[in-house]
Amino acid sequence: MATSTTDSDAHIRVDQLTMAYGNFVLQRDLDFTIRRADVFVVMGGSGCGKSTLLRHLVGLNDPARGEIWYGDDNFTRADPKLREQILRRCGVMYQSGALWSSMTLAENVALPLGEFTDLKPHDIRQVASLKLALVGLKGFEDYYPSEISGGMQKRAALARAMALDPEVLFFDEPSAGLDPISSYLLDRLILELRDSLGATVVVVTHELASIFNIANNSVFLDAETRTMIAGGDPKELLAHSDNPKVLEFLTRGAEKKR
Amino acid sequence: MTVSRRPHPELSAARHDSQVRLRFVGPWTLGASMPAAHTYELPFTTDGIAHVSFDTSKLTEWDTGFITYLVELLAAAGRHHLDVDRGGLPQGVQRLLALVEAVPEKADARHDAGRVGMFTAIGRRVIDSADSARAVLGFIGEATLAFGKLLAFRARYRTSDLLLLVQQAGAEALPIVTLISFLVGLILAFVGAVQLQQFGATIYVANLVGIATVREMGAMMTAIVMAGRTGAAYAAQLGSMKATQELDALTTMGISPLEFLVLPRMIALFLMMPLLCLYSDLLGILGGATVSVGLLGLSPIRYYQQTVSAISLGDLVGGVFKASVYGVLIALAGCLRGIQAGKSSAAVGEATTSAVVTSIVWIITACGIFAVLFYLLGI
Repeated sequence: MATSTTDSDAHIRVDQLTMAYGNFVLQRDLDFTIRRADVFVVMGGSGCGKSTLLRHLVGLNDPARGEIWYGDDNFTRADPKLREQILRRCGVMYQSGALWSSMTLAENVALPLGEFTDLKPHDIRQVASLKLALVGLKGFEDYYPSEISGGMQKRAALARAMALDPEVLFFDEPSAGLDPISSYLLDRLILELRDSLGATVVVVTHELASIFNIANNSVFLDAETRTMIAGGDPKELLAHSDNPKVLEFLTRGAEKKR
Repeated sequence: MTVSRRPHPELSAARHDSQVRLRFVGPWTLGASMPAAHTYELPFTTDGIAHVSFDTSKLTEWDTGFITYLVELLAAAGRHHLDVDRGGLPQGVQRLLALVEAVPEKADARHDAGRVGMFTAIGRRVIDSADSARAVLGFIGEATLAFGKLLAFRARYRTSDLLLLVQQAGAEALPIVTLISFLVGLILAFVGAVQLQQFGATIYVANLVGIATVREMGAMMTAIVMAGRTGAAYAAQLGSMKATQELDALTTMGISPLEFLVLPRMIALFLMMPLLCLYSDLLGILGGATVSVGLLGLSPIRYYQQTVSAISLGDLVGGVFKASVYGVLIALAGCLRGIQAGKSSAAVGEATTSAVVTSIVWIITACGIFAVLFYLLGI
């Protein structure tokens, strides 16, 4: 929409995407571009299809119509092999962490390393420790997910998502269930990783503080009209948008009363 | 007012010309015996009423029970097209009523509670069962592909997982298999002995127990025990992994849950079931021997010889082979129901139940097919 991009720096392109469960259309005609090294936020009210959009982006759900492109690769029409290659360059952090509960934190991080690299077991263990240290979990290698707090689980999930140094990191509601400080620290961590690893970051959230802290690009999904009604830098949207729904959302309802 | 220990809520109506004044007295709270629902309309039934107002000066207590009553009352007033003045109600009540009415009911929010026609219901059932059959076939297909990868040594699963599963489905199942098999052998011997004694042919208890156990009961009882024990556990494990998005995490990692989770479970049961079946055969025969030696006075050597002469190698191999097949079926049913589970704790419970039912149905069906096949093949 308002994203002034050339195709060269486009990383993920969503083309006329319609998402549906059976006959129930959740969102139609989504059309936007995520640029390289963007921190891209998918925002909107509860139940508008934000998390479903993320599931589409990583291939867990198939579009009812439209296509998703990663660079020059058509992800939607890709054969399983290409799909796997694209996914291997993605990391996903799920809302509840979704750590494999039968494995220790180190094993969680090590699993993708063991599957997709030729590293020796000793090296894998070291890389896993490093990734855990990056998210502030040094020394917790041999803990099971059930033995640590929710905030730590999320950080461990982030360590696992970064295991293969992905080019794209997806976050589903990273701040859900976190206190404001942990949430702020996680935001900082996301920005830090984007800057140091140069990854593109896609975040699904409705947490305003987080949106203004981290995002430089966004798309706004509306539950009523079931399509996107705005896009671009959230700060600019707040300053210049004339869409009452977007303003109401970005000002926590204050704009409606005015 | 009556002199009772607990005052109860009262409603009275006073009429002046076209106006009705409703007077609420006493505590209008949840659990208090409020006037029955059919009295909502009563104050408004007389003709010529146009206005309603409230008097709550004697209202001692109120809570959401009062609001519930008022909502119905206001709806009744609305049906009679009356003009309602809410000024007489307490401030808090007015605010709560405003909240209730603030958001109009969404047109399609309520679930369709209406009766569905018989043909619609039948049609939906048919479509549902076709979908479910397609899902089962799809799952079996994917499992077969994963098995192909295993044969090509390209399947991704962790050996440590497999060993743990083998231990759980093998050694840890021995106590329950011991108990069930021994008792089934015992029961078979008892039932047989009573009949065979009439002919003075008690020694044939050995044939009865031996053949029945080795051909059918060993594999069958082990399978049913394992369906309840291990198949249900698989469904619960995979179901809760689905609920916590752990399955999604595997998929987006590029690791197929079929290879990583289902395949080792299939292998574990495929390997362990024949061993458990052999063990169960032995225990069943021991059970039969206990009854024959202890109660019928047969000598252990005689019983042993009779058993050995009754059972052929074909019986034994057939039974053990069936056990492997049952093992794969149990693992398939458990994993299938787990993966199909919805994303709630209730759904995990349903998946577990469904896994056991599905396993047992598949086992019995397979048993029937084997019976026909073995008969045709002369085994």
